[in-house]
Amino acid sequence: MAGTLSTASGDRAIEAAALRSDRFRLEREADWMRLEAIVRRMEANRLGKIPDEDLLALPVLYRTVASSLSVARETSLDAATLAYLEGLVQRAWFLVYGPRTGFAAWLRRFLGGGLPAAVRAIWFDILIALAVMVAGAAVGWLLVASDPSWYYSLVPSQFTDARVPGASREVLHDTLFGNKDEAALSVFAAYLFSNNAQVSILAFALGFAFGIPSLMLLVQNLATLGAMMWLYHGQGLLWDFGGWISVHGTTELFAILLAGAAGLHIGRAIAFPGSRAVMQAAAEAGRRAATVMAGVVQMLVVAAMLEGFARQLVDNTAGRYTIGLSMLAIWCGYFFGLRRSDAGAA
Amino acid sequence: MSALYPSLTAGRERVLVTPEGIAMKLVVASRGARFGALALDLAIIAMLQIGTTLLLFYIAGGVFELGTKALEKSAAGSALQFLVILWFAAMFLFRNAYFMFFELGPRGATWGKRAAGIRIASRDGGRLTPEMVLARNLLRDIELFLPISFLLSASGGDMGAAGIAAVAWFLVFVLFPCFNKDALRAGDLIAGTWVVEAPRRRLESVMSTTRAAQEGTSVTTGAAYRFGEKELAVYGEYELQTLERVLRENRHEALVTVHEAICRKIGWDPGAGDEYAFLEAYYAQLRARLERNMRMGVRKADKWG
Repeated sequence: MAGTLSTASGDRAIEAAALRSDRFRLEREADWMRLEAIVRRMEANRLGKIPDEDLLALPVLYRTVASSLSVARETSLDAATLAYLEGLVQRAWFLVYGPRTGFAAWLRRFLGGGLPAAVRAIWFDILIALAVMVAGAAVGWLLVASDPSWYYSLVPSQFTDARVPGASREVLHDTLFGNKDEAALSVFAAYLFSNNAQVSILAFALGFAFGIPSLMLLVQNLATLGAMMWLYHGQGLLWDFGGWISVHGTTELFAILLAGAAGLHIGRAIAFPGSRAVMQAAAEAGRRAATVMAGVVQMLVVAAMLEGFARQLVDNTAGRYTIGLSMLAIWCGYFFGLRRSDAGAA
Repeated sequence: MSALYPSLTAGRERVLVTPEGIAMKLVVASRGARFGALALDLAIIAMLQIGTTLLLFYIAGGVFELGTKALEKSAAGSALQFLVILWFAAMFLFRNAYFMFFELGPRGATWGKRAAGIRIASRDGGRLTPEMVLARNLLRDIELFLPISFLLSASGGDMGAAGIAAVAWFLVFVLFPCFNKDALRAGDLIAGTWVVEAPRRRLESVMSTTRAAQEGTSVTTGAAYRFGEKELAVYGEYELQTLERVLRENRHEALVTVHEAICRKIGWDPGAGDEYAFLEAYYAQLRARLERNMRMGVRKADKWG
């Protein structure tokens, strides 16, 4: 193989080559081989295991080989060598211009400004989604108020244990308080998280169909809440129910709001791309919305922990409101208050 | 190898200009390769999920009494609870993070994509960012997992119109890559990514260092092959590269056929037994001539040109 020639025999090979283009190739082959070795190692390993001098050499070698390719295209008709160079330059290009930031660096940038900036960028969609959610809750309430049998179609069966129309005040009160000793709460929290995360991913992904299914999903979810609010209101427990749900609800509903808004953002970009091409508009909106979604998943982790632990440990309404409203204030402050200079956040 | 067989990549080649000003050829991955990669990835995810579930059951010391023990507030109950939490987290991660984890790596590809020789790239030629990978994979939920679970539940019951709607939904997303030229699926469209072939080629040997190529002299027969300007002028770059492929593959029947064809074309009497040296010499001299003309700015694409 020509690639394994030592320098002396390499020189002889260069002399022996009948074609100028092959002499060109033999003179530069060592660089190509070195780049290929670095690329192969980087593709196989995490970045940490690559020696520093190879990391430093990569951009230089990449440019050298790229210029070899330009020359070869103009002077050589060796299809196999051209194909090899095309491939090698492409692989090196992926690495030189690939995702350079590690996960930790990305997370720092993401939490330190990327996430709030993305949330602020979709503020209009958040307002629409919020209006739709409020309307959904109102619809749920009004439907059940007009005909209690609606309750069974609006509220999923897992909640219709004791919480059904006609239940006494004591029964409903017991669903809100005194569950301190219940076991398996952490399991419940984990289940809730994966369930809610799937719902919000759905709300986001449905945005692809011009955002309309996202909004329908929000209406449906909030109608459930509205129906349950009506139920507790009937026994004068609305205030306590509000506290019970606010512990995790301010975080969870906020997360679902953001997921729906992110979906809507994509849907709007596809329906009304403005002066941009549809593809470009969709891609820009998609990236912004995906950033928001990464935040949504993290919020749902927090919500699940609040629901699994804080709600059971704090057994009074005032304390629950304190936690819920503080969480709301923290999220709002983080998303809308923290306005670093854009240079610092980017 | 695909670049050596242009007909296989016809219509799928795109040119992307790097920041250095190099026009880089990319080949959009075929739909078949992507489907194969997806099928493999789904099989791997299923195996990971089943494997993890079995492992956790094994650690839990058997399936029995799991339900009752998990509700006890004993140490064993807590341990079981922890395992159940672990299970929820693992299932969620396998379903949602498998693709993201691998596509964020330096290969930009899952195991399935690696096996199929394809990878993710940014459509605008810039960096592939974590946001892009996130966006394209979040959409997988409605493209794939939702319709699948819907269909599974629909096949059991009598869902009628809803089942038909699910099938239509599924088809819209499955067929999405068939209705645009870059074979983008909905997630690619949203993220601004595409799936391209990841080339892995060996550097083949130099063709012009043997004696037949250098001097036109055959080692076996000692015959000297010298071709005149007229004899070399009949072929162009296309034929040269076909000849290169035949020489590199080095299959006897192909060598004989090509040898005969060239001899007929240039009016030589095709002998037998020394085809390889003849073709090597013809290749080297034809390439020398074409490359010389290339430097003068004259190119001959094929024998018609």
